[in-house]
Amino acid sequence: MTGITETLPAPTAGTKPRGLASKFALQDAVFHRSTQFFAVLVLATLAGIIASLFVGSWLTLTQTGPKFFVTDVWDPVRSLFGGLAPLWGTLITATIALLIGVPVSFGIAIFLTEMCPPVLKRPLGTAVELLAAIPSIIYGMWGLFILAPILAEYQPAISSSLGNLPLIGTLFQGPPMGIGVFTAGLILSVMVIPFIASVMRDVFETTPPILKESAYGLGATTWEVMWNVVLPYTKAGVVGGIMLGLGRALGETMAVTFVIGNAYNISLKLFDPGNSIASSLANEFNEAADPNHMSALITLGLLLFFLSFVVLSLSRWMLSSLSKKEGRRT
Amino acid sequence: MSFQVSLGDAAKEAPKTNAVTKIAIKNLNFFYGTFQGLRSISMEIPERQVTAYIGPSGCGKSTLLRTLNRMYSLYPGQRAEGEIIFNGSNVLDPKQDLNALRGQIGMVFQKPTPFPMSIYDNIAFGVKLYEKLSKSDMDDRVEWALKKAALWGEAKDKLSQSGLSLSGGQQQRLCIARGIAVKPEVLLLDEPTSALDPISTARIEELISELRDDYTIVIVTHNMQQAARVSQHTAYMYLGELIEFTPTAEIFVKPKDKRTEDYITGRFG
Amino acid sequence: MSDLTEKGLPTRSLATPDNPIYRRRVWMNRFNLAMSLATMAFGMFFLLWILWTLASKGLASFGPALFTQMTPPPGSDGGLANAIMGSLMIVSAAIFIATPIGILAGIYLAEVGRESMIAKLTRFVNDILLSAPSIVIGLFVYALIVARVKEYSGWAGAVALAIIAVPVVVRTTETMLLLVPNSMREAAVALGAPQWRVVTMVTLRAVKGGVITGVLLALARVSGETAPLLFTALNNQFWSTDMGGPMANLPVVIFQFAMSPYEEWQRLAWAGALLITLVVLALNILARTVFRQKNN
Repeated sequence: MTGITETLPAPTAGTKPRGLASKFALQDAVFHRSTQFFAVLVLATLAGIIASLFVGSWLTLTQTGPKFFVTDVWDPVRSLFGGLAPLWGTLITATIALLIGVPVSFGIAIFLTEMCPPVLKRPLGTAVELLAAIPSIIYGMWGLFILAPILAEYQPAISSSLGNLPLIGTLFQGPPMGIGVFTAGLILSVMVIPFIASVMRDVFETTPPILKESAYGLGATTWEVMWNVVLPYTKAGVVGGIMLGLGRALGETMAVTFVIGNAYNISLKLFDPGNSIASSLANEFNEAADPNHMSALITLGLLLFFLSFVVLSLSRWMLSSLSKKEGRRT
Repeated sequence: MSFQVSLGDAAKEAPKTNAVTKIAIKNLNFFYGTFQGLRSISMEIPERQVTAYIGPSGCGKSTLLRTLNRMYSLYPGQRAEGEIIFNGSNVLDPKQDLNALRGQIGMVFQKPTPFPMSIYDNIAFGVKLYEKLSKSDMDDRVEWALKKAALWGEAKDKLSQSGLSLSGGQQQRLCIARGIAVKPEVLLLDEPTSALDPISTARIEELISELRDDYTIVIVTHNMQQAARVSQHTAYMYLGELIEFTPTAEIFVKPKDKRTEDYITGRFG
Repeated sequence: MSDLTEKGLPTRSLATPDNPIYRRRVWMNRFNLAMSLATMAFGMFFLLWILWTLASKGLASFGPALFTQMTPPPGSDGGLANAIMGSLMIVSAAIFIATPIGILAGIYLAEVGRESMIAKLTRFVNDILLSAPSIVIGLFVYALIVARVKEYSGWAGAVALAIIAVPVVVRTTETMLLLVPNSMREAAVALGAPQWRVVTMVTLRAVKGGVITGVLLALARVSGETAPLLFTALNNQFWSTDMGGPMANLPVVIFQFAMSPYEEWQRLAWAGALLITLVVLALNILARTVFRQKNN
């Protein structure tokens, strides 16, 4: 507050009038316009991204058309491209990531809000967030050199036991190389946990203490309070957090590129190698000399951006509806 | 002496000399970290009667209420010393089963706290914690609780709607219905009408009068008139101490302690 | 059933510790809380495992040579000096571009536009960009710069990283400014100050720590980004401080070396990975510390 007196011009008698006021008005107009310019620049970036993706994918969109998204040929030699395999890989790895990541994040959020001793709350919360700070390329290297060999060792055992189950048995089959769709999904799950867990923790903490107290007051256990009262109360925020994690999982590049196996392949066998949109781009974009090849890759980029855009918009919408509710309550 | 309070039926009843003690508080001290919130409180809360705690803000009346069901145990750094004997065991015993204790001692809060689920489920939630009822038995129980809380007429056609769709006063009656549906032995009311309009307040007060034959009720209120209207016994608290605890008829007509008299006559401060 | 009245009501509380329904709930609670503890351990296990791997594999090649020697040809020893230099230049350029844009756009959202359509739309778009796939941003900058000048360049890499950094700065600046109590703005306005002075001299000053936190977080975020540099800065085997041409940078070198079959390269990749992780984690912790200190 001391800043005000230091920085404002000293009052001089008689100079108050219109001249100064209109000068201020002009300065403020400039201030408004210039800050607005930079805000619009952010908007323009998004518009630019979308426009450049459309321009780049024009060749594919006009020549191959919608068929591109439902065919699974990827043959640079014959210049034939269909995006179904990388799309499949993207969706399946993201699904694995959420199947593992969501329950784990929920558990971590419960631990941090309800069970953690107060002194450990901050360090452990920070530690979880640091998982998100580790660059994705590190996850990729670690996955390729450390995790994959370990998984390769256990995959034959898993395939011969779980692989024989009816219906879901197929999921646990594939070559025991340690790399493939499952490994990519597993690493993605560790990467999305911090995003989902911190959103869950934050929204859980918005639950009014009095609401939790009244559930405890009926004799409910900690788990029942979380599951029956806190979770329904924060439903929108929790779904928003999951969507945020999904958005991250869809677009993650480096970690997946290292371990997915780089094969255009549509298979339900999770140990099979595959490809995601992002890993196709990372592997092939710089080598794509054929305009058809390049345009096909950019079309994949457009598809990826569209998917993330939809998922992230949903996330944002759900999270803001929760904060509105919070505002209304208090 | 002139007091502007009018005593309710509860206070006018002849004091039951044979009343059984439901909860016995013995030499209770309470600490928020290093700050002492309650100082050697001792009192006996009679069964199936209404006991009111009054006193200025920060006097410890809510704190005292929250020791009875160990609600404070949710927060690290808060602790109580002494004894609270309820059904033959010490509530403050570290080995006390808190969930079961809170199932036996229900609580209603300052603000209505409907759970984010339907009206029906708000009531069924608590019942399911200790009983396995058939659908029709559960329907009966929900109806019984809502009737008991004088909410049945207004809620019977929208049982599947969210509890949040009710008005504030209705929400608070829903919370009371939820509290009594599990048939607790004691009901703790922590300023239950402080967020409500006068009409809703009057309905809640009527409800308390109807419930007092079945439940041991302890109510914290910042409103002396309310204490006079609904309670049989009143405790005046000041700065964490229990100044006076007598039948309501006595405390408002002939307070023993000068500090109580000052508060009741509005000379407080 | 003897405890029930004819209306099916229990005559006394059923909430006793030995109630069988309650026993089952207690076990359910214990099991779930144990699972919750296990998930926390799961998360910490991966964090420690990754850090341990980095330390044990990276420390072997961590020495002065790492910072003084150039990236070697396959099969010989060397360092990462050119990549470190390249990363420093590209990341600094990105932050220099992103910081003013981010702060000014953040000011617009919190102080000027507030609930206007442009502000609402910008807020929405900014949140999307905050989590947008970074590889797509690489594609965009490729089309915007590399495809036109027909050359990969450090500047292109810096622009790509800046696009990733801007949303982080915008978000933190806006959040921090909204924490300033309105009374402080009113006090300044009441003195007759124009809004730009109120913002630059009073509110922005009040949240200096928070804004610095945002810049540090943006720095941490872009320091480890690899995907957008693949199509922009590319790589360079040699020492180069020319931002106008392809430039070596840590993430891409690590990617290339780790994927290679050469043992020397893989060792260097681990050392680089350790270095980059230490920098990023240190920046994150620093950002939190700054935020906490300025806020108390």
